[in-house]
Amino acid sequence: MRDVAIIGIGCTTFGEKWGSSFRDLFVEAGALALEDAQLSGEKIDAMYVGNMSAGRFIEQEHIGALIADYAGLATHHIPSTRVEAACASGGLAFRQAMIAVASGMEDIVVAAGVEKMTDVEPGASTDTLTGAADREWEGFVGATFPGLYAMIATDYMHRYPLTREQLAQVAVKNHYNGARNPIAQFQQEITINTVLKSTMVAEPLRLFDCSPITDGAAAVIVAPLERAREFTDTPIRILASAQASDTITLHDRRDISTLDASVAAGQRAFRMAKLTHKDIDLIEVHDCFSIAEICAIEDLGFCKKGLAGRLTAEGETALNGRIPVNTSGGLKACGHPVGATGIKQVYEVVQQLRGEAGKRQIDGATIGMTHNVGGTGATVAVHIMGVD
Amino acid sequence: MSVARFWRKIPQRYNMLGTKCETCGRHFFPPRSFCPDCRRSGKVVDYKFAGLGTVVTFTVIHTANEQFEAFTPYVLAIVKLDEGPRMTAQIVCRPDQVTIGMRVKSVFRRIAADGESGIIHYGTKFVPVE
Ligand SMILES: [Zn+2]
Repeated sequence: MRDVAIIGIGCTTFGEKWGSSFRDLFVEAGALALEDAQLSGEKIDAMYVGNMSAGRFIEQEHIGALIADYAGLATHHIPSTRVEAACASGGLAFRQAMIAVASGMEDIVVAAGVEKMTDVEPGASTDTLTGAADREWEGFVGATFPGLYAMIATDYMHRYPLTREQLAQVAVKNHYNGARNPIAQFQQEITINTVLKSTMVAEPLRLFDCSPITDGAAAVIVAPLERAREFTDTPIRILASAQASDTITLHDRRDISTLDASVAAGQRAFRMAKLTHKDIDLIEVHDCFSIAEICAIEDLGFCKKGLAGRLTAEGETALNGRIPVNTSGGLKACGHPVGATGIKQVYEVVQQLRGEAGKRQIDGATIGMTHNVGGTGATVAVHIMGVD
Repeated sequence: MSVARFWRKIPQRYNMLGTKCETCGRHFFPPRSFCPDCRRSGKVVDYKFAGLGTVVTFTVIHTANEQFEAFTPYVLAIVKLDEGPRMTAQIVCRPDQVTIGMRVKSVFRRIAADGESGIIHYGTKFVPVE
């Protein structure tokens, strides 16, 4: 297997982008990534695109071909493949691109993610997202996506000492980081009271515990490490790529409050990279809901089960903490265009490792991790990357 | 959802009809015709669940998907059936009444109303056992 490096990154701003179409979004992200790698499009050998539900959000399928076409590559006939794993679509697209290069099959590969969510009514987008869970045995009986994570929160708070205020601190911290990220959907800081006084969505989760509906796209370009310096002075090496699955329904899990797929993918990633938790300078985790960040920190092994609330309240996951979590603002504040999120996480870590993260820069960061979840934990992708 | 898609599962949705593996004794709801533990040596037969169970975890839904908007707030829970399997279902009770560990039994109720087609869907909910 060949070593693989990231040679270019690009991302649109995230938000309710009424003026931008699906095509506008991915063309913008792709062009930014190519410019970053100082690469012209015809050098690209293949593309993998993470997208959850263009079929329901914009009534468009066949996304792989559409993107290759609008990227100006239709006449080059490169393979372009859509990857779908609900909210983990981006993370899996990145992994497929990495595998394609590692195998020696391709050299220069684009991993992108895109979602245009605001062309449908909020009720319709909520319903589409419910398709990431089990439609027949969860959605049909009245489960919503926030509702499923709320049941994780209820179980968790019954068994471990997590306070409502500690849970709110996850959103407060992520908004603080988002306010320092120019691409973030939400640029304003909030307080614990903002969260506690927001509309109840699914008890105990309120509006500010939930990630928003977002439009956006992100793209990264990977290449063999041995060729990376043809394109960039700061290649970021992919040290590990891991993916794991679990039951599609929440109710069939071994433990409601533990995402076993996160545990498995995390352990595999550490093994592959031959690293320990102490080596990791920052992590981007899948905080689709505040409780999800709490679970992620624990399931990836950064603290014992039951202690992530205290870790968060004590500031250990903040920009200046022991293990900064979601420096981008996370899904909560940066936004969550579902298919693009996994790629945006890589985009953030690369910016941090290059020292280009501006006001949210973690000084001296050399190794970062991403954690991308599909559904309530039925698919998880974990990647570790470091300065070469 | 299409009419056929919903009605196809009527025996299960209405009657708590699942399956059981006679080799290892594991129960399945929703039904599986293949035991993941015993694989080819499993012998899977139909099994009618008693409909009694315990609340494992719950939430109260305030913001619902379109088909359920008329029913908010409603209690949604994961119920562990006495035979072993867990399922997601609504609990017919006041939001402040539901607790972890509460004993419940299954009932046949209206689940949702489909605004566009006007079709009313029925299925299994749970009520507290006194
Ligand atoms: Zn069996």
